[in-house]
Amino acid sequence: MAAKKKFLYLNRKAPYGTIYALESLEVVLIGAAFEQDVSLAFIDDGVFQLMAGQDTAGAGMKNFSRTYKALGDYDVRKFYVERESLAERGLTVEDLMPITYEDENEDYAEKPSIHLVGRAEMTAIIAQQDVVLSF
Amino acid sequence: MSTLHTVNKSPFERNTLQSCVGHLTAGDALLMIEDGVLGAREGSSAAASVKAALVSGSVYALAPDLAARGIKPEQLIDGVKAVDYGGFVDLVTQHARTVAWL
Repeated sequence: MAAKKKFLYLNRKAPYGTIYALESLEVVLIGAAFEQDVSLAFIDDGVFQLMAGQDTAGAGMKNFSRTYKALGDYDVRKFYVERESLAERGLTVEDLMPITYEDENEDYAEKPSIHLVGRAEMTAIIAQQDVVLSF
Repeated sequence: MSTLHTVNKSPFERNTLQSCVGHLTAGDALLMIEDGVLGAREGSSAAASVKAALVSGSVYALAPDLAARGIKPEQLIDGVKAVDYGGFVDLVTQHARTVAWL
């Protein structure tokens, strides 16, 4: 079998206003079937995708925010959220949904998937990837 | 190994160029395409971002997109190189990965 590749999904758009966020999620789910080393990055307005308390009933759109919480079951466990992008928007990590995965090596302990990283660290993460898919 | 970054949005409409430049590693290349080439002209408010990219690596603009928008070679920010489609392909092959800033 071919070696695992590092895939980064780079998300820079808010949900609902455009189709990018939903399409990214669809591709992440498809990509999860290929058992690669997957990370998600949330930069600029992309951080709004993870906002807690999204309610789309009035807007008449599909609320796909819960899907992020299910990604841990597909081995998608690395959500890198850029600290500067949050701060520019007056947000903190407390404004985001708690997203966790179950660690099968530690008796299925719940662990956080979201990692806050600074811009320099995000730059380094991008530079480590084999493939970067932008949305 | 280094990264090729493409920017295809006008820096006067979106923060795409600015965000890209904030995520460059030394040795990375920036290629402006489509409306992204609007940032390649000297004298605009976007020039500072392009010059910052020139400090950390090389900067290119796609010649057919410049020409389509009436931007002449002598109007480019010093150090920005115009490339044709073949040059675009060469840049992709010379870098380990391509990051599209949309």
